[in-house]
Amino acid sequence: MSESNPEQIDLQEVAPAEVGEIDLYQRRERIYTRKVEGYFQRIRLYTGWPLLLGYFILPWIQWGDRQAVLFDLPARKFHILGMTFWPQDFPMLAFLLIIAAFSLFAVTTFAGRLWCGYTCPQTVWTSIFMWLEQYTEGSRNQRIKLDQAPWSAEKALKKGMKHGSWLFVAFMTGLTFVGYFYPIRSLATELLQFSAPLVAVFWTGFFTVLTYLNAGWMREQVCKYMCPYARFQSVMFDHDTLIVSYDEKRGEPRGSRKRSADPSELGLGHCINCELCVQVCPTGIDIRKGLQYECIDCAMCVDACDSVMDKMQYPKGLIRYTSERELAGDTTHWLRPRIIGYVLVLGLMITVFCWQMLTRIPLELSVIRDRNQLYVTTDSGAIDNIYTLRLVNMDPEMHEFEIGIEGLAGAQIIGETEYTLNGGEVRTINLRIRQRPEQLATPSSEFHFTVKATDEASLHTRHESRFVKPL
Amino acid sequence: MASFWSWWIILLTVASFVGLTWILFANRKGEPGGTEKTTGHVYDGIEELENPLPAWWFAMFVITMVFGVAYLALYPGLGNFEGLLNWTQENQYERDVAKADEVHREMRDRYLAMPVEEIAANPEVIRMGRRMFSNNCAQCHGSDARGAYGFPNLTDDDWIYGGSPETIKASITQGRRAAMPAWGSVIGDQGVSEVTAHLLTLNGREADESLASAGAKTFATYCVDCHGPEGHGNPALGAPNLTNGIWLYGGQVEQIAHSIRAGRNGNMPAHEELLGEDKIHILTAYVYSLSH
Repeated sequence: MSESNPEQIDLQEVAPAEVGEIDLYQRRERIYTRKVEGYFQRIRLYTGWPLLLGYFILPWIQWGDRQAVLFDLPARKFHILGMTFWPQDFPMLAFLLIIAAFSLFAVTTFAGRLWCGYTCPQTVWTSIFMWLEQYTEGSRNQRIKLDQAPWSAEKALKKGMKHGSWLFVAFMTGLTFVGYFYPIRSLATELLQFSAPLVAVFWTGFFTVLTYLNAGWMREQVCKYMCPYARFQSVMFDHDTLIVSYDEKRGEPRGSRKRSADPSELGLGHCINCELCVQVCPTGIDIRKGLQYECIDCAMCVDACDSVMDKMQYPKGLIRYTSERELAGDTTHWLRPRIIGYVLVLGLMITVFCWQMLTRIPLELSVIRDRNQLYVTTDSGAIDNIYTLRLVNMDPEMHEFEIGIEGLAGAQIIGETEYTLNGGEVRTINLRIRQRPEQLATPSSEFHFTVKATDEASLHTRHESRFVKPL
Repeated sequence: MASFWSWWIILLTVASFVGLTWILFANRKGEPGGTEKTTGHVYDGIEELENPLPAWWFAMFVITMVFGVAYLALYPGLGNFEGLLNWTQENQYERDVAKADEVHREMRDRYLAMPVEEIAANPEVIRMGRRMFSNNCAQCHGSDARGAYGFPNLTDDDWIYGGSPETIKASITQGRRAAMPAWGSVIGDQGVSEVTAHLLTLNGREADESLASAGAKTFATYCVDCHGPEGHGNPALGAPNLTNGIWLYGGQVEQIAHSIRAGRNGNMPAHEELLGEDKIHILTAYVYSLSH
């Protein structure tokens, strides 16, 4: 090589740099959340408890001789307090769900992911499980140490207690959930006696395992990778939406300092870089990096930072609920067309829904014409049409009903017209209608079957049908 | 499936499977991309970040593949290969029907042992019977069983072949084939008019007296064998009662005359093989209940 052209720089044999292949899938980093107390955590506690109590106690409440809230799938009857809904009422449920979704969008536009942070079952059950974890395994540092420590009797005991308590809560959750669909009193006793039907055992186990896995193991992975709402909530955000945010102008440059030191002398902002906001975050992000899709608006970092600001005797709110516009130095516009629109439409939908609920008539009539013979000519030359009526008394009470016809002058009903139906009974009724052909102007005449309860004026309905005569 | 297409499908399935597995594993590791965290896709100033998938997704891919292999081994999916479980739609259907039959057999056997008159008052039997009637009988007799032109009303007291449980059951089981001969060529047009007039008077309707008395003689000669001297009919032969104002083929003068002239050949099909003894028993009870 030394004899080479002097204008050329000598090549040197160099071993290639160690470039190892890396795994393109992200290893999950365990998140050890630090316990935090504060204003927003109290709000979570005080709003969460009533909801949880409601969830766990509701199925145990009786209404008359049945469970107050029971979605009886095999019988296709859905009991909510004094009301019984039928599959025919399904549009009401769809409407209710649309209202719920719309409320969610409205709240998100106004205040960001409040649902995620405070009321989503994933967050609530994760919080319960984290609390159990804290109770059985100790604080964040103790847990990290415990996980790194070799197996010992103490570690096994702590882990056993944690998973045992998780499974207990998960089982209670699963049992309660199934209890909305299968009478919970008999379910509980049957499970204790090992005599529950297989399908009830399966679903109780299914929801137990899923609760355990979701709240114990999956946690923020559900929010980050599975939840669709987390993915499209950003389209509802605007510059005035409330978000949990770090006030960069006030906080930077961050750095540690003595409590007595004056930050302006040191050239530092208010962030002391204590990392508490990162340690408390249930999704494991650093809020100081700005708005991130993982953030569920739970405000744990707000409470953590406020406690530090208190200790440092700085004003609170270095991390706070604020809006992008406010961070940019402007003020948040609360009343904006989007919010007003959402509120108006929501109000309208809720009004229509309530009106529908209040005026709902728990009676249904459907009519099927015999089609194999469009009409029957009688000996006397009259025309008969045959109908099968299905009368559904969706009211829980027994009623007497009378069937009639409207819009077919002079026609005669052949067959029984008065029926007594038990609460929830479905009756199939065969009738024929007789009419003189000369009284019918057209080959096919539209008319209505009517049904009304003779003992309850509000129970009445009608159904359209046709009467056919020979051409 | 022809064996070519069978192999074609096997080839496609296996090749896709191998290809997908290769893609999954080939893309598992990569060169470190430095600090670059975007895919380079930009639209309206919005950049697409390159956030890696969580590692447990990789495990889920692998699980779906294991599931796929197991599924293709157990169930028919690979061309003509029938799968190790020998599962088919037909045998699943047959299994389910057999299971349902077993469940209902006990109940049907119980009812089969009871007399029709007794179970005709049982609401459960009536519900089952109504459903069978809708499926098997309503096409002709109407869903209200009140009949139509050519198909008798089953809710009244007039029975062509008798209304006892035994005869109703026999009608359903073996069917009925009526044979009213055509008398037009035997008695002539005049004879038809006369017999028609006689039948009208039997029913208390107006008719020419001289025609009717001539018709009575013709009736006594030709019709009496089946319909009886007074026209009350004979259920054993299926000869209808001609005096009660109920006309299977219409009661207008021309309709009656046509029945005499051209004859009638009503046909009730046999249901023995279609329904079986136990279902016919329940159906009999339902039909019986309509007029009792």
